[in-house]
Amino acid sequence: MWRFIGFRVLQSIPVLLVVITVTFFLVRMAPGGPFSSEKAVIPEVKAALEAQYRLNLPMFEQYTAYLGDLAQGDLGPSFKYPGRSVNELIAAGFPVTAELGLYALLVAISIGGIAGVIASLRRNTAQDYIPMSVAMIGICVPSLLMGPILILVFGIYLEWLPVSGWGDTPGDKILPAITLGSTYAAYIARLSRAGMLEVMSQDYIRTARAKGLPEWRVVVGHALRGGMIPVVAFLGPAFAGLLSGSFVVETIFQIPGLGRFYVQAAFNRDYTMILGATVFLATLIVVFNLLSDILAAWMNPRLRSQYGEG
Amino acid sequence: MRISASRFLLSVITALSLFACGSGESNVVQGNREGILHVGNGTEPQGLDPHVVTGIPESNIVKALFEGLAVKNPQTLESEPGVAQSWDISEDGLTITFHLNPEAKWSNGDPMTAEDYVWSWQRALNPTMGNQYAYMLYPVENAEAFATGKLDDFAQVGVKALDPHTLQVTLNTPTPYFIQLMDHHSAYAVHRPTIEKFGKATDRFTPWTRVENIVGNGPFRLKEWKLNRRIIVEKSNTYWDRDRVSLNGIEFYPVENIASEERMFRVGQLHYTNSIPLDKIPVYREMDNSPYVNAPYLGTYFYLLNTNKPPLDDVRVRQALSLAVNRKLLNDSVLHGTNFPAYGITPPGTLGYQPPKVFEYDVARARQLLAEAGYPNGEGWPGLELIYNTSESHLKVAVALQQMWKDALNIDVTLANQEWKVYLDSVDQMDFQMARRGWIGDYVDPNNFLDLFLCNGGNNNTGFCDPVYDDLITQQAPRAKTREERYAIFAAAETRLMEQMPIIPIYTYTSNHLIHPSVQGMPSNLMDYVNYKYVELVGDTQATQ
Repeated sequence: MWRFIGFRVLQSIPVLLVVITVTFFLVRMAPGGPFSSEKAVIPEVKAALEAQYRLNLPMFEQYTAYLGDLAQGDLGPSFKYPGRSVNELIAAGFPVTAELGLYALLVAISIGGIAGVIASLRRNTAQDYIPMSVAMIGICVPSLLMGPILILVFGIYLEWLPVSGWGDTPGDKILPAITLGSTYAAYIARLSRAGMLEVMSQDYIRTARAKGLPEWRVVVGHALRGGMIPVVAFLGPAFAGLLSGSFVVETIFQIPGLGRFYVQAAFNRDYTMILGATVFLATLIVVFNLLSDILAAWMNPRLRSQYGEG
Repeated sequence: MRISASRFLLSVITALSLFACGSGESNVVQGNREGILHVGNGTEPQGLDPHVVTGIPESNIVKALFEGLAVKNPQTLESEPGVAQSWDISEDGLTITFHLNPEAKWSNGDPMTAEDYVWSWQRALNPTMGNQYAYMLYPVENAEAFATGKLDDFAQVGVKALDPHTLQVTLNTPTPYFIQLMDHHSAYAVHRPTIEKFGKATDRFTPWTRVENIVGNGPFRLKEWKLNRRIIVEKSNTYWDRDRVSLNGIEFYPVENIASEERMFRVGQLHYTNSIPLDKIPVYREMDNSPYVNAPYLGTYFYLLNTNKPPLDDVRVRQALSLAVNRKLLNDSVLHGTNFPAYGITPPGTLGYQPPKVFEYDVARARQLLAEAGYPNGEGWPGLELIYNTSESHLKVAVALQQMWKDALNIDVTLANQEWKVYLDSVDQMDFQMARRGWIGDYVDPNNFLDLFLCNGGNNNTGFCDPVYDDLITQQAPRAKTREERYAIFAAAETRLMEQMPIIPIYTYTSNHLIHPSVQGMPSNLMDYVNYKYVELVGDTQATQ
């Protein structure tokens, strides 16, 4: 097990280095710079701005300087927000995005997991078809449609929930969490149904039934652990996806998360912010994939034995 | 293990309804009671340093936290006293003496002095500062030379502190709109000790504008700044005209998504929206007591024509394209009647100036011009590409015009959308044939629009160059004795411009907001200008009394 973890950690270092290098040169190749604006910028002003951000140095020197700063954990000053460092912007946005992602994941697991298990137990009945059709809709309806619909129904017509904000009024976290979670709930429903179906036809389930266990004990005590393996394998990438993909939901609900900064940074050509957020999210994705692999190995004895118990 | 789907749904709904009554009263109701205005403000401000920021959302907040030598009356847009209680302009119009109000104070209690302005303008103009709006101070003698690094000695720039309360400014040429410029954040004074405490005067990165550090001189001061969430300002008790300030505070929300903003307004989270989705306008228009406010705005939407590239190097082709555009139809259909058809670059009524109408919609004449240029009924047309920055509304306008040109002239125009910064690059490099463009005035004067098309104008981007035009704008207009004479010169220049047609004017912008009926003292004006010290909230209960 430790060998497995150590190997994966070592693997991630070149991955991150490639991500940094490609992003660094790619953003600089994009037409237009951080200081281009609708009103012509006077050459003297532009030169002064570029000097303040080291953009006057040769490209390779900029790159090595950036790597040097990065090694010390300094992601540099933001181009778009003078006086703010990228570290500060990430520190401000990330906890919000992480919290949103966590709630969305909880929504996804509870709704998706329950629906998937029920569907698998009542295979090919209405209780299978209905949740699975709803799941299909959940996958197909993008959050930029789901969000406004939920807002219209629960925020504006019923006036039950706030239409925007984050932690300002009670209940304002519910709709964003549901909106963001619904797509993932749908995936999880399908995955858990498939996983459960496979497990329920195994010999050890028949044995459990033969022992005379009530059906709920068969499901909860024996089938669930095996049936949820595909879901767990999906959770790592899903959480990473929630973090990097929450931009739309953050915009619709006025949530001060990292997603908005990240996407705006690309539009603004905020070089340091694009790089900083990319490096940060890439690191997270690597970590979550690793965690999800470890968890899957723990749940699946066969996978574990592949790497040895050491 | 049997959970019926309907019962599950029921329990979810019950759980949600627990929050139903918890949300309490809306921002608007609470704000009306406590004197707090809730404003939708576009985007997260890039900062609050008056010499760094460039955008409108920033300027809205900076205007609450700082005040210029003169401010504007929101009804008339005429200048009125700010930090300066009065000013004298010399006979020749070249020397302006500002008399500072002795009551004017910084928010930490320090008195404001003329020396503050000398130091601040040096900062604003310093080339290392990288202030993109430094040019607002260029009418000042030698300011441009200093800002472009040709002059190192700031003492030669035309701004002097005669005594702590008297500031003397010397101009290059008489500049009738100079007092107006004092209300632009680039001309604001900043608090020297605060800035120097956190770094060099010209550092862009220092934290001096943070809540715990910032010192301003406006009617409000910064109370809270949460990134991408809100900025709260509260009434300042050191402001010289504090008795006139009715609001106790303002909350600015960075709402980028205009559909979200409209929903926030609908549930009473905002008093004032920055914008309104185009497709919601007909709905709001129908309402009784409609909160929808639409007013002419100092901006023009037009297409740049690259006069260096064929077929647009032929003036007849440019005229044909412009004459074939049915601006009234475009405005009534695509734009829901929200704007005004434009036939010149200057918005009508810019401080009393009316642009000449050199041409009008005339398909027959357009076809004739195109035939003269060698493309009768579109035959032999080499094709033409229009670029615009990616946006639903720009696309709609472009498609409409594309069809008009096809119908009227039988010519094909292709459309190419570009991401914002790519588009800016193309326009800057003149790497286009035809390009969408908008221009919003920095100050209310025809000069602000007409000087775009000077031969060396940084925002010309058309290749248009007419020495007679330049002479009218830069030499004759500033020397005019009266406003009428000056406007006649501008009209002559604009006539030349529209005869050469380096641009196709399309429409004059309007400002579009949703404003809650309890908000008073925010009259519509050409600059979409708000002076927060005049804004009042009249609660619903008082309004009915």
